[in-house]
Amino acid sequence: MFAFAKPALATPADRLIAAARWRWYETAFWLGTLLVLFAFPGYLQLASQIAIVGLFALSLDLLMGYAGIISLGHAAFFGFGAYVAGIIAKYGWGEPLSGMVIAGLSAGLLGLIVSPIITRLHGIALLMVTMGLCVLLFEAANRAVWLTGGDDGLQGVEIWPIFGTFTFDLLGRTAYLYALIVLFLMFLVARRIVHSPFGLSLQAMRDNPRRAPAIGTDMGERVRIVYTISAAMAGVAGALIAQTTQFVALEVLSFQRSAEIMIILILGGTGRLFGGLIGAAVFMIARDQLATSYPQYWYLGIGALLVAVVMFARGGVMGGFDRLVRWWRARAGAGR
Amino acid sequence: MRVTMLSNRLKRWTLRFGAAAVALAGTAGLAMAQEPIKIGLLLPYSGPFADLAVQMDGGVQVYMKQFGDTIGGRKVEILKRDTTGIAPDTAKRLAQELIVRDKVDLLAGVVFTPNALAIAPLTVEAKKPFVIMNAATSIVTTKSPYIVRVSFTLPQVVSPLGTWAAKNGFKKVYSLVSDYGPGHDSEIFFKKSFTAAGGEIVGEVRVPPKNPEFTPYIQRIKDAKPDAVFVFLPAGEQTVSFYKGVTERGLVKDGIKILASGDLTEDGQIEATGDIALGTITSGHYSYAHKSPENEAFVKAFEAAFPKGPRPNFFAVGAYDGMGAIYGAIKAQNGQTDPDKMVEFMKNYKVMSPRGPLEIDPETRDAVNTIYIRKVEKHGGKLLNIEFDSVAKVKDPGK
Repeated sequence: MFAFAKPALATPADRLIAAARWRWYETAFWLGTLLVLFAFPGYLQLASQIAIVGLFALSLDLLMGYAGIISLGHAAFFGFGAYVAGIIAKYGWGEPLSGMVIAGLSAGLLGLIVSPIITRLHGIALLMVTMGLCVLLFEAANRAVWLTGGDDGLQGVEIWPIFGTFTFDLLGRTAYLYALIVLFLMFLVARRIVHSPFGLSLQAMRDNPRRAPAIGTDMGERVRIVYTISAAMAGVAGALIAQTTQFVALEVLSFQRSAEIMIILILGGTGRLFGGLIGAAVFMIARDQLATSYPQYWYLGIGALLVAVVMFARGGVMGGFDRLVRWWRARAGAGR
Repeated sequence: MRVTMLSNRLKRWTLRFGAAAVALAGTAGLAMAQEPIKIGLLLPYSGPFADLAVQMDGGVQVYMKQFGDTIGGRKVEILKRDTTGIAPDTAKRLAQELIVRDKVDLLAGVVFTPNALAIAPLTVEAKKPFVIMNAATSIVTTKSPYIVRVSFTLPQVVSPLGTWAAKNGFKKVYSLVSDYGPGHDSEIFFKKSFTAAGGEIVGEVRVPPKNPEFTPYIQRIKDAKPDAVFVFLPAGEQTVSFYKGVTERGLVKDGIKILASGDLTEDGQIEATGDIALGTITSGHYSYAHKSPENEAFVKAFEAAFPKGPRPNFFAVGAYDGMGAIYGAIKAQNGQTDPDKMVEFMKNYKVMSPRGPLEIDPETRDAVNTIYIRKVEKHGGKLLNIEFDSVAKVKDPGK
């Protein structure tokens, strides 16, 4: 945080190491998430969904925030993961951890298969194609009634207790801890990627797609890798939602899911890792509170919130927060 | 001397404490009596299906206006939660929160089957009665012994129509349904009863559930020259665009009749379709034009509550009857809310509903309805579903 006060860093490696240092506010954030268990025992169900949506947003952040690949169909991987996890559990293997891993790998594989198309596209064409992919999967799931249950949703998903001991309870304690731990591990992975030379080359690609190949970055390869990782992560998020609700509906593949996750990420702030998590928390808590008080009109409140964030806090909640800190520092500096 | 003093003091103490204890018990008892009965109502209050929530919420309100908001001295409190549409994860979370945080006595509402299915396992674990006021797929009631459905099922509605059509001179029918669960159900069950009674299905088509373009399908139907077309489309805007296609292609002019489930000419929407709907024959469990004192009172109360609002339709009636079952179940226990006793009562519930006689089948906990065959006619400038034939006590054939 006080990096600017230090002497200029000599090599890129030094800079990467400095950026990757664990900050106090990160520790505070993750300790805070544990506090939820005791402070809001009635809200654990919501908290676990926030963690899951946060993970989904994190996967999109890798893609959109760091690599600059816009996707309006990221629910394809989320939904794919959800169905894989659900179907495995339905047909007799309800062990959650292995189910989640299989779902993540399958979604990653799907991402890998699609990624060659993604490398060729930019801008609006990319939006259309990613969206189209999601619509295709949606229709496929709708048709394959024998496998997915179609419009009625996938029933009979039975998840065994985690490690054979922790059952998914009515309060949602197990669900929350499970989702939170997976989110934390995935966050570590994302953090490692972002602060690696690979991550740096992604950002170079995002910031200047013409110059990046000129200095020797193989863009195609990098897009394929990050797309696959992001897809796998979204698949894990999908698996979590399937396992914690023990039900999968077509809605996991809907366009609305894709759009909403984009809104959440933008609300929180792109390219910041925490953006998606904060965005998910703000969006879902606001929605929960507003929808409880005004079941008919809560969209109005959400709309106002979005407009306010976009107008007054560019770069999302995190961006606004950053500027607030900078302003505070400048003032403190001037006062001295 | 000392002993008596001690005993006196003791007496005084016990008196004081005793009085306090009695007073405490008294207030506790009073608090028990006054504690509200909490009903969690899950409906799609926002989003594309908000119209349905208006109808169902309206049904609940009208019932409470007519029959009061207290049962056995306890106030009835409705906790409204927005499911936003087909969103089982949201619905499940809301139900879970209603049970754990708000400590509701029972759950009610639910328009969509996936939402109901996601909630079902919770009701087993938490032992909460769950009154389904719509969600019309057969399997719903089999998913929890605490589910009671007061609405209807699609197979229940379309099967009598198939039989009726075959017996009334329709030989060849083309079927057009929306390509999702309820559409598949109606296709299968119409076909079953129609062919069993000697009819023949000459063609089947499933149209996309979202924004379909009807004209080419209708042209295809026209070319096949059937006696009639059987239609299932979800109640709402699609029905209007279907009739638009019918007008464009002159289907009715060619003498091809339209047979449908009540959704196509649903009372809230029918005026928007216009006169082209005249003569359409549908089957359904409720018509706004149903002639009975119960329905007159219901319609009057609904229209008084919503002078500008929509006409009440079968969604509103489902919610209204759901409240009836809930009130009955709690009244039968003098204001107590023992879940098993409530379900036991509702299982055997019988009532003269605005829709006609309604009873719950104690074995399946599902609604047994009288299904009416209706024809769209114009009376006093209003398009109405006029009932002209009926089949009493139809159970859900989908189980």
